[in-house]
Amino acid sequence: MSGADDAVLELRAVHRTHGSGPAAVHALRGVSLVVRPGELVAVMGPSGSGKSTLLALAGGLDRPTDGEVRVEGQPLGALDRRGLAQLRRRRIGYIFQQLNLLGSLSAVENVALPLELDGTGGRRARAAALAALAEVGLPALGDRFPDQLSGGQQQRVAIARALVGERRLVLADEPTGALDSQTGEAVLHLLRRRVDAGAAGVLVTHEARHAGWADRVVFLRDGVLVDTTAPLGSVEQLLSGSDR
Amino acid sequence: MSIRHGLLALLERGQMYGYQLRAAFEESTGSTWPLNIGQVYTTLSRLERDGLVRPLPESEAGQRPYEITDAGRADLALWFATPVSRTDRPRDELAIKLALALTTPGVDVRSVVQAQRSATMRALQELTRLKYGSNRPEDLPWRLVLDSMVFQAEAEVRWLDHCETSLVRHQPAPPGPPAPRPGDADASDAARWADEEARR
Repeated sequence: MSGADDAVLELRAVHRTHGSGPAAVHALRGVSLVVRPGELVAVMGPSGSGKSTLLALAGGLDRPTDGEVRVEGQPLGALDRRGLAQLRRRRIGYIFQQLNLLGSLSAVENVALPLELDGTGGRRARAAALAALAEVGLPALGDRFPDQLSGGQQQRVAIARALVGERRLVLADEPTGALDSQTGEAVLHLLRRRVDAGAAGVLVTHEARHAGWADRVVFLRDGVLVDTTAPLGSVEQLLSGSDR
Repeated sequence: MSIRHGLLALLERGQMYGYQLRAAFEESTGSTWPLNIGQVYTTLSRLERDGLVRPLPESEAGQRPYEITDAGRADLALWFATPVSRTDRPRDELAIKLALALTTPGVDVRSVVQAQRSATMRALQELTRLKYGSNRPEDLPWRLVLDSMVFQAEAEVRWLDHCETSLVRHQPAPPGPPAPRPGDADASDAARWADEEARR
């Protein structure tokens, strides 16, 4: 397939099989997908269609059985564990339904953590974390601990952590989980804004209302991309190299 | 909803003439329901006939404003107090189409479902974009109209998902005349007869 020079994320004919022999489960079967800067792609599909597997592969949390995943042109398969961890900390932000905030750290410390792990000095990391908290509308709550924040505020802290620094790829897995519709919408608004500012985003969701925020919606069924709402030109590109 | 009650609601804000009513109507429905001026005047004359509005003297510019009457206010209050009945809405063409697709030989129902889902999803993206662009406080009525369309589209996609899941489990019956359903007169009669036969 043709390369995508400016792609932030590129999946090339990616397969992921769990197990082997007759018990093998083919989670993804030849999926190709390109996500460019300023583009938010929603992935929809029934349970077990491969949505979360796709996201895990895109974020380097899992490796494909066949095919290639590239982030900003870098094939993830060529990186060792350390290189992969570094790329994940620097370039990729994750927003999960489970927030994974550390209860013993304040909001600002939670947000600063990926930067500090990456060697950024404490003061610089804190300043960046405060800026990220301001971006999600929590400029004054940095010193609170997770259990002193509402569910919506905790989710915003988790988003700030995903957006802090120079993250170019934001991956969100059902990010509005247990939030009420207004708070959930605010979360998507933030994601949209970051993407409009030049990041690339992938949003896994089973809610059509949330997928409505995306520029493009792709549908997975049984591990295969079956459809997309993209204009026709891009459909060719999107599906080229896939099993279809 | 009727244009009639829409115009009454607008006149409750104050007197207006035809073009003002049309502009205000379109503004409050975010231009999702375009009206032509002919519809406005036809509706006004019916409202006048029914005593719900009354015409005022023409302005110097030749425009004739209308105002709501007490009877009009009562009618409007009743409208707001009465829930919209689901049976007043048009029949759902999509549901009928899918039901027919399922029983028509040679139709790939999953493709029908998927094509519809993509189209509805595209509409949802469009609606969301419009919403994203309407952030001013005065946009609230328009945003709520958009939200209503968003939720309806979402419900349609959920229903399509449900259809798809049901299709996976579906074992098609051999084509032929429809089988009697439990509760159909002849089926229950047959069961009763069989029952009596057994008792004898």
